[in-house]
Amino acid sequence: MAKVELRDLSILFGAFKAVDQVNLTVNDGEFVVYLGPSGCGKTTTLRAIAGLQGTTSGDIMFDGQRVNDLRPSERNIAMVFQFVSLYPNLSIAENIVFPLKARGVPRADIARKLDWVTGIFRLGDDLRRHPAALPPGARQKVALARAVIREPAVLLLDEPLSAIDEQFREEMRWELGHLQRELGVTTIYVTHDQREAMSLADRIVLMNHSRIVQVAEPARIFHEPASVFAAQFIGSPSMNLIDLVPVPGGLRLGDTTVVLTDAELPPGLRTKGPVRLGIRPRDLRLVSGAGHALTVDDTFRVGRERFFTFRIGHAILQGTDHRSGPGPGSIMFALEGMNFFDAVTGQRIAERAAA
Amino acid sequence: MMEKALQPRSTGRLMILGFLSPTLILLLFMVAYPIFALVYFSFHNFSALRPGEGMTWAGLSNYTYLLSDTALWDRFVFTGKFVFLCVSTQMIVGIFVGYQLQKAFRGRDVLFTALMLPMMLSPVVAGFLWRYMLNSEWGVVNYILTVFGGEKVDWLGRADAALWAAALVDTWMWTPFIILLATAAFRGIPDTIYEAAEVDGASPAYVFFRLTLPMSAPVLFIALILRLIDSFKQYDLFVALTGGGPGSATETVSFAVAKTAFRFFYTGEASALAVILLCIIMGLAMILVRHLSTMGDRN
Repeated sequence: MAKVELRDLSILFGAFKAVDQVNLTVNDGEFVVYLGPSGCGKTTTLRAIAGLQGTTSGDIMFDGQRVNDLRPSERNIAMVFQFVSLYPNLSIAENIVFPLKARGVPRADIARKLDWVTGIFRLGDDLRRHPAALPPGARQKVALARAVIREPAVLLLDEPLSAIDEQFREEMRWELGHLQRELGVTTIYVTHDQREAMSLADRIVLMNHSRIVQVAEPARIFHEPASVFAAQFIGSPSMNLIDLVPVPGGLRLGDTTVVLTDAELPPGLRTKGPVRLGIRPRDLRLVSGAGHALTVDDTFRVGRERFFTFRIGHAILQGTDHRSGPGPGSIMFALEGMNFFDAVTGQRIAERAAA
Repeated sequence: MMEKALQPRSTGRLMILGFLSPTLILLLFMVAYPIFALVYFSFHNFSALRPGEGMTWAGLSNYTYLLSDTALWDRFVFTGKFVFLCVSTQMIVGIFVGYQLQKAFRGRDVLFTALMLPMMLSPVVAGFLWRYMLNSEWGVVNYILTVFGGEKVDWLGRADAALWAAALVDTWMWTPFIILLATAAFRGIPDTIYEAAEVDGASPAYVFFRLTLPMSAPVLFIALILRLIDSFKQYDLFVALTGGGPGSATETVSFAVAKTAFRFFYTGEASALAVILLCIIMGLAMILVRHLSTMGDRN
């Protein structure tokens, strides 16, 4: 097992900065998930850690040792790729033991380890078959088995579940999390699927435009996004964002007549310049009686949760529904659910008041 | 109304036959007739030079005569040696060079094109070209040998040297074909396979023998069979390069067929020999066809 550090890591493709000044420490045994939109540099970072991608500047350290110039095979890592990379001419068993055979591990050890991983992944029935005979999900399971059989110091996973059916993906995700905790292997996982990131990660590294936006535990990144980008990228339906306009006694929501009074806002917010409010739909609740008046436009479902869209003035917002059907109502803005961002830079500016 | 009337007729057997008939008739004349004629001749005593003497039924005597003729067995032995030398060298060199050409380097495309050139020549042209280069008195090959202090070799005047010389020319000509197919096969292997193998700690040699070669095997196998068939019936190269000599030391089976048929005009005997040759080549071709059809099933 190993601690992985990235220090001022930059990778250039010609003039294009694919990875720009990235700093990160992944602790021994930690499960870190790189999350971000396509082309944000997350896969490039992972490939650099693997040694499949050269670096332009900065250091990659494994347990304090600089590994930039080591070949992938010398780094004691294992990797699972997005698209199936099993060796099509070899049987499942031969695929799994390939890393051991390639390194000349004694036969008896190979047999013992094959038994071990076959047990973990319940692959006993498929060992003699060839990759082409297996569904994509099972193939990735084999790729994972091939990755862990060598008990690597660092396990690198590049969108391993993205090419798999939804149903099987759920199962694999659960198994993967379970396996990682059991083995305690330092794991770096790349995905663009926030649900994968939220359910697997000890910490999420959110990337955008080749830079790290935020590094935090899933709950923290959800509740306290570091920027407007983080707020919008994570959570579905995404966070409501409304520009606030200073008025006497409080801040007004955009061009509406709704005013959040100073009592409802964290102290000192008014002095920070133009401010944007971010609030998650689940922090907007319909209430009876006191609250801001609104009209429910429509209701919709995401999974088991029900949401509704409503209007305050011209702004269309989303909230969690606890009743059914359109109609008038009123709403509470819960202070603990409110995030404030600098309207110009998009950066978070006010810490949420303690709930 | 019109469409209704046309529909059943357009899918009728007659229509299908109608469309196929030009090809079928052509094939009948170009392939079926010669083969039937060949087999028919092979059971008769017949000379195309003296058609007036007519054909007399010979039964299997052409075949029994040929198969008991030790001179003919020598032709088969020589052809076998030639095929083995050519095909093994071409496969090994072709695969090696094809693999090296996977790597990106300056001038790779130019080199690749240059390597393909010998294949574009006619075997007769290549044969004459090398006949001059291999001339024992004033050929460039012996000149280079003497420059480096070697002895002159009578390349085309000695039976063993002539075999090597012919194999060298055939290899010079046809290795590019293997390079071409090997390159195509190697390029079909996705990069992630190599990246996975690199992460898994496999050495380049291990990757080559455990992954690259087996994964390219279907294509390389086709190349092998095509080369086997082609070099087995090699004729024109020998006409130009050695003329079958010295003596009849470099006569292949095909050469013997041509000689029997068109120098001695023993048409019946030559036909029988051609039938034997045809059977061997069809055997090889059937392996190829079967292999291709199983490959189609797998995909």
